[in-house]
Amino acid sequence: MARIKQRAIELLSDGTVMRVIGWEKGEGNCDWSPALFENAAEMENFVYGDYAGANLSKYCLKFNRQEGKTLVVLKPCDTLSFRQLLHEHRIDREKFYVIGAGCKGMKDEKGGLLKCSACKGKEFEVYDEIIDDEEAQKTTALMDRMAGVIELEKMTAQERFDFWRGELSRCIRCNACRNVCPACSCIKCVFDNPASGVQSKAPVTDFEENMFHIIRAYHVAGRCTDCGECSRVCPQNIPLHLLNRKFIKDMNELYGDYQAGVGENERTPLTSYTKEDAEPGIVYERGNA
Amino acid sequence: MSVSNPNWKPKIVAFCCNWCSYAGADLAGSGRMAYPADVKIIRVPCSCRVNPLFILRAFERGADGVIMCGCHPGDCHYTSGNYFARRRMTMLFSMLDYLGIERGRTRVEWVSAAEGAKFSKTMNEFVKTIYDLGENRKLGDLRCKK
Repeated sequence: MARIKQRAIELLSDGTVMRVIGWEKGEGNCDWSPALFENAAEMENFVYGDYAGANLSKYCLKFNRQEGKTLVVLKPCDTLSFRQLLHEHRIDREKFYVIGAGCKGMKDEKGGLLKCSACKGKEFEVYDEIIDDEEAQKTTALMDRMAGVIELEKMTAQERFDFWRGELSRCIRCNACRNVCPACSCIKCVFDNPASGVQSKAPVTDFEENMFHIIRAYHVAGRCTDCGECSRVCPQNIPLHLLNRKFIKDMNELYGDYQAGVGENERTPLTSYTKEDAEPGIVYERGNA
Repeated sequence: MSVSNPNWKPKIVAFCCNWCSYAGADLAGSGRMAYPADVKIIRVPCSCRVNPLFILRAFERGADGVIMCGCHPGDCHYTSGNYFARRRMTMLFSMLDYLGIERGRTRVEWVSAAEGAKFSKTMNEFVKTIYDLGENRKLGDLRCKK
């Protein structure tokens, strides 16, 4: 949308913001990637449209301590991640100028993005101004976002194990899922531990990366807004969102509906409790063994 | 699951909170109530100290079963630790189940300082479950084994 580009140039020129986080075209037609623009001339390369799938909120961490304001363009689902980072005091609201950009569902070279097929709505949680269009309001979710999880839950334990072995054994530990995740924002990551005895050794069986994936999903449990970036960036096309959504589904069922990144300073399900909570044994009474 | 090695003995890790379950284990000992030597107790200040990663790490390093014991809900020495632990463990167990790991390899039991008999009974039951399940192959990491 040209209006976003124009408005960003205006804000850069009048000194309201010192830099813009947006997208630029890559080498092909479909690989738009996050980019930083520091003056009006650089803004020539700014693009927004069908291939701006990347969630830019994580880049805010980098600019939080820099001088002046940073303009960041966020789609409705991206504002949830931004809000979650605000909750966690990782970024300061006054350091950012948020343009909420209307979204019709994003694509990549293979067609519509998976995360957009379970669209979480068109509401902006955080914004300074919204540049929307009518077309964007019409699109809706194509599927129930828990459908994949429910399908897996219906399988037997051995089938689930085989499914995950098939998926997770493809993992090459590139850490892209960790690096892209807006909830995964620790300064020192538990996986960067040379003393673990695992970090620099190649797997000897085909299912040793499962620990990594359980831990990754657990670390963002209750804070994951289900932005779907992990699955989008995975070079091996592992359906990582199915792990995150399982946690979300469980927390919704056991501890009440909760959407990370919505509302003010709410406690997450794992940082609160009630005296009547179910005992851990409950998970073994449900579904197939 | 078949046990390939006839001499196999399970390795079982029990996280016990200092104030209730560890004292319960002590009472089981002084009361001469037997529980299997396969259980290795790790004393923690509170069940809330048990990071879910501890449990995964135990499995990674070759444990066949992990049990966590704490004060009964409402009796936590630190008021609310075991309430948080309860939610955490529920989520972890659910995820392990989702990945197809055998049920029964993980368990949470609340044991007070006066329940030596319950401690002994729980451990006997748990060890039997692990013997029935056999060696943990799904969750181990050979890179960690010496």
